[in-house]
Amino acid sequence: MEYSGAEIWRIILLLGIGTFLIRYSFLGLLGDRPLPDWLLRHLRYTAVAILPALITPLVLWPQATGGETDPARLGAAAAALAVGYLTKNPIWAILSGLGALYLLLYLIG
Amino acid sequence: MPATSSKSAYWRGLRTALPFLLMVFPFGLLFGVVGTEAGLNLAQVMGFSILVIGGASQFAALQLMTENAPTIVVLASALAVNLRMAMYSAALAPHLGAAPTWQRILVGYLNFDQTYAIGVQEYETKPELSIGERVGFFLGAATVFAPTWYFATLIGAVLGETVPPEMALDFAVPITFLAMIGPALRTPAHMVAAGVSVALAILFAGIPYNLGLLLAAIGAMMAGAEVERRMGAR
Repeated sequence: MEYSGAEIWRIILLLGIGTFLIRYSFLGLLGDRPLPDWLLRHLRYTAVAILPALITPLVLWPQATGGETDPARLGAAAAALAVGYLTKNPIWAILSGLGALYLLLYLIG
Repeated sequence: MPATSSKSAYWRGLRTALPFLLMVFPFGLLFGVVGTEAGLNLAQVMGFSILVIGGASQFAALQLMTENAPTIVVLASALAVNLRMAMYSAALAPHLGAAPTWQRILVGYLNFDQTYAIGVQEYETKPELSIGERVGFFLGAATVFAPTWYFATLIGAVLGETVPPEMALDFAVPITFLAMIGPALRTPAHMVAAGVSVALAILFAGIPYNLGLLLAAIGAMMAGAEVERRMGAR
C-alpha cells in the first residue's frame, strides 16, 4: 500500500460520508416517494454485479503466487462459492473455503 | 406515545437481532486482521469500521488499496457495493419517515443489511406499531450489531500483527466475497449478473486504474436487470 496517512484518512472519511448519504437518502433527503421500477431493478443487482468482478482476478491470478494460477486457491474458491450457494450461510462458506485452501496447500503445495 | 412501549420495543429489537450476532463477529474479526496485514494502523482500521460500518464495502476498498488503485476508483467501487442500501432507505422511509430528524440520522447511520431486514420484517408484520416503537425496535437491533462490529474489528486488528504468513490470509478476502456471493445467487437474473461480472472482469483486466471493475459492474447490473425484465414480461 503506497498511500500516505492523509490519503488513507481521506478515503475513509469520503467513503463514510458517501455511505451515510446512500443510507439516509430516502429516509431523510428524498422523503417517502416510490422509486421507479427500472431503478429498483438495477439496484437489486449492484452487489452481485461488482463483487464477482472484484475477486475474479484475485482468484485466477493470485498475488501470493506472483500471478500464477494456483490449483489450491481455485479449489478453495469453488468450495466457498458452492457451500455458500447450497447452505445460504456465509460463515459455513468461509470456513469451507479456508479449510479447502489449507487442505489443498498441504496436499499440493 | 408513552416511553415504556418504545423501551419494550427496543428490547424486543435487541432480542430479535441476537441470533444474528454469530454472522457479524467473524466478518469484523477478519476485517481487523486483513486490514492490519494490508498496512493500516489501528486507528485507520477502526476508522473504517466506525465511520463506514459496511463490511463488504470495507473489504472492497481495502482490496483496491492493496492494489494501489486511484482514490477515486477505490471510492466509486466501494460506494457501488453500498448502493443497494438506497433501496433499504426507500423501503424504511414509509415506516420511519415520520420520526424526528435526529432519529432518522441515527437510523441512516445504522441502516445496513441486517438491521434493514429485521426492521422491515417487523414493520410489515406489525403495522399497528407507533413511530416511537418502530424507531425503538430498529435501534434495539442496531445495538446488537454496531458495537459488535467495532469490537470484533478491534480484536482482529490487535491479533492481525501475530498472524503467520502460512495462514495464507491473502486469500481471505476472495473467500469472504465468494461466501457472500453464493447465498446471493437466488434467481436466474442474479446468476446472469454474476456470470457477466466475471466474464467482463476477465475481458477488461488490462484496463488501467482498475477501471475495468466499474465497467464490468455496470454491464453486469444491466444484464441482471434485463433478465429480470424479460422474465417478468413473460
